[in-house]
Amino acid sequence: MSWETVIGLETHVQLSTKTKLFSRASTAFGASPNTNVNLIDCGLPGVLPSVNKEAFYKAIRFGMAIDAQINQTSIFDRKNYFYADLPKGYQITQMDLPIVLGGSIEIFLNEAVKTINITRAHLEEDAGKSIHDEFDGFSAIDLNRAGTPLLEIVSEPEISSAKEAVAYMKAMHQLVTYLDVSDGNMAQGSLRCDANVSIRKKGDEKLGTRTEIKNINSFKFIEKAINFEIKRQIKVLEKGEKVIQETRLYDSSKDETRPMRSKEFANDYRYFPEPDLLPVIISDEEIQKIRSEFPELPKEKETRYQQEFKLSAYDAQIIAFSKSIADFFESAAKKTKNYSLLANWLIGEISAYLNKEQIEIHESKLTAENVAALINRIDDQTISGKIGKSIFEEMYSKGLTPDEIIKSQGLQQISDDGAIEEIVMTVINENSTQVAAYLSGKDKLFGFFVGQVMKLTGGKANPKSVNAILKDKLK
Amino acid sequence: MSVQFKSIVELRGMLDDKLISASELTEESLKLAKKYEELNCFVTMNEEFSSKKAATIDLETKVNAQLSGIPLAQKDLFCTEGLRTTCSSKILANFIPPYTATAVEKLENAGSITIGKTNMDEFAMGSSNETSFFGNVHNPWKKGYVPGGSSGGSAAAVAAGIVPAATGTDTGGSIRQPAAHCGITGLKPTYGRVSRWGMIAFASSLDQAGPLARTAEDCAILLNTMSGYDSKDTTSLNADVPDFLENINQPIDGLKIGIIKEFNLGELDTEVQARFEESKKVLEKLGARFVEVSLPNISASVPTYYSIAPAECSSNLSRFDGVRFGHRAENTDDLNDLYIKSRSEGFGDEVKRRILIGTYALSAGYYDAYYKKAQQVRRLIKNDFDHVFQSVDVLMTPTSPNTAFKFDSKGTQNPIELYLEDLFTISSNLAGLPAISIPHGQVNSLPVGLQLIGNFLREDQLLNASHIFQQNSDFHLAQPDLGNF
Repeated sequence: MSWETVIGLETHVQLSTKTKLFSRASTAFGASPNTNVNLIDCGLPGVLPSVNKEAFYKAIRFGMAIDAQINQTSIFDRKNYFYADLPKGYQITQMDLPIVLGGSIEIFLNEAVKTINITRAHLEEDAGKSIHDEFDGFSAIDLNRAGTPLLEIVSEPEISSAKEAVAYMKAMHQLVTYLDVSDGNMAQGSLRCDANVSIRKKGDEKLGTRTEIKNINSFKFIEKAINFEIKRQIKVLEKGEKVIQETRLYDSSKDETRPMRSKEFANDYRYFPEPDLLPVIISDEEIQKIRSEFPELPKEKETRYQQEFKLSAYDAQIIAFSKSIADFFESAAKKTKNYSLLANWLIGEISAYLNKEQIEIHESKLTAENVAALINRIDDQTISGKIGKSIFEEMYSKGLTPDEIIKSQGLQQISDDGAIEEIVMTVINENSTQVAAYLSGKDKLFGFFVGQVMKLTGGKANPKSVNAILKDKLK
Repeated sequence: MSVQFKSIVELRGMLDDKLISASELTEESLKLAKKYEELNCFVTMNEEFSSKKAATIDLETKVNAQLSGIPLAQKDLFCTEGLRTTCSSKILANFIPPYTATAVEKLENAGSITIGKTNMDEFAMGSSNETSFFGNVHNPWKKGYVPGGSSGGSAAAVAAGIVPAATGTDTGGSIRQPAAHCGITGLKPTYGRVSRWGMIAFASSLDQAGPLARTAEDCAILLNTMSGYDSKDTTSLNADVPDFLENINQPIDGLKIGIIKEFNLGELDTEVQARFEESKKVLEKLGARFVEVSLPNISASVPTYYSIAPAECSSNLSRFDGVRFGHRAENTDDLNDLYIKSRSEGFGDEVKRRILIGTYALSAGYYDAYYKKAQQVRRLIKNDFDHVFQSVDVLMTPTSPNTAFKFDSKGTQNPIELYLEDLFTISSNLAGLPAISIPHGQVNSLPVGLQLIGNFLREDQLLNASHIFQQNSDFHLAQPDLGNF
């Protein structure tokens, strides 16, 4: 039997505002437990929320980018449930009137483009964190994250494989980082998703029963969790059993999904309009301002890079794909003129190092200034490209400037033709047998002479000069 | 010199004439609280801090503001930094807030002195102060009788002359009904006039803070200070706050007063009716004109209120879970058990009843029939008011259909009976309108109150009419015989 997968994703994007959605406490990641918490965040008796408009602006910017309808009047609702890290016993969210309605996102998979429609995106506050393994016999609560603004983006069930789901999340990551609505840091939970997965017979109109996999926070886990779930559901259906509609958790250590205990999620959230907040109204002027300050998106960057920096279409596309690489490129391009060499380095060597560590460029020790300096030293032939690579390793691991490394290790390229000529003559004089062989037609030996010169100069001789002088002297 | 039963205006005069110092006044007030301890008006006293503050005020040389050195009592649901705030509930019996409610902060910044926190119905849920974890409050007019509620401790403290004024909150009549039962003046301002920041919520869309005092003029003084937009409460109104004293003496000649047909006043106790008719005559003599008006949906107020208020309360009280503050049950098995035991032990019966009703009203499958329907009816009631205020200035009703009653005589068997106490007061909360209760005589030696309901933000009209009434009558000057306490 042939099966078809239907996936819808609910993406939670943590908006990169300085303060929380309903309080003025900081949203900075990694602070000591319960230090980014004020009266409102811990839900003390008598406190009231007041809105942080910055979160609305970011949500609207996202809505504009996906060509959605923007609801300028925002109404909040309470979602009631008890949990130890939910201080008020309810979450403030948007139920009936989401700030963003409709729109679509393009995803790229195997050179093809597919459009995924967006149902809605709404603002809500995050909960705190329960820590169960640090204190013997106790659970601990960290409320630093409580009240952090989230944009929950709900896709239509139009995704048809785990790979497409990953492509969707990658497109989402690109978009939210480009728009500066989120730092997109998945390891810190700034971008995570719930996947609704169902299976149906190919050709069936009716959707199968879905399960929801909660809180997946890496591209790798999204693919694995969904693939596990697809296989599991197919197995259930092929046995002639029914898929149970339930919420499941992905356990990456066992690479499996399993049902959440029913206590871990309530069924009836008793939504009702939040009486502590008046409707938040975004004026036409505010909308105009958001539009006028709209950041440049990847496609626009691609075109500009080809015109302004004369990059190839391929290079421009790759550089522009990631916001952090594009930002890095643009600041380095202010300090060097050899744009194509800079692009080559970013796409090749630098990306390889970053991929190995699975980090973004701004999380590394590299600075745009240092990389531009490296490109300049190669460009002005102070060093060779090969030495450049060895220098880069130290720049990357220690954060040193290329000039520091060149100086301390004496790596400066020898471009002085007189000095090179001297060494070339030494090599010719000491290898008379090979010279004779070469002159009698063994052209391949040329490489041997180049190697000898490089050996004597510790690889520092300018290869172009070495070639030219050798050719001249071996005539 | 006795300060008992003195108004703020009188005390201000005594302070300005140096007949008494702020320290002496505070000491007197604290002494009276002690003397009438049996009334059980207070949950927590604030002796040390009040005396210190009074001493500081006595050292100040600048011209004193109206409230400077005036002792006040605060209902025990206003958070007060460093001073226990219980909501008269076991669940908050040991709660000491790290911050102060805006309304109280404004009063204290104006120089007033908080001498203590007053008893109330638990979480402001009740009309007799009998749901307090800290025991019943006696009505100063008659031992063993309720003071009304939920601001019963505040009303009794003012009626007994311990303090000239106190703060209260009014969700369905909780300022006006105890003011009526205790023979004092109480004002519920327009919803949003006074910030709710730091006021422990019962029903967010209905709760409103206001003053209880001996006179309308004193209420105006307190309201002048308490009012105003607060960025910490986005539901507070960004509207100009007039000086409520400015036009308080204006003649009320030509004031158009509406009598609500649907309230069927003819069915009330004849003595309550008689007081009402007498007051009408007083006001008519002062130039007011009466017209009968119709608010067709107002009879749905009580069921509407008892769908919305418990729904909001069920959610507002979720934070009392024993995790971060308040009562936590011991020997619990898991998180769920902690919730169940802490809340079962911490809340009283009436609070539990309302949480249950509210949870039900919001449940899937019932939301449309109860909560949503109630919000729709609420809109209709508000429309009715908007309509009548096109032709009248204020509306007039008795504050309560009855006088104060004996402890344990109402509502213990049938809560609905007690809910009907709020019949005349609830609709102004639903519509967000200001309303005042002023004393207008007695029935069987117990005070009864007259309610005036005003148009949106027209507290000035209510205070003006009440003040003129009080200038031409002496019901507000009556003092209870406290010999039994």
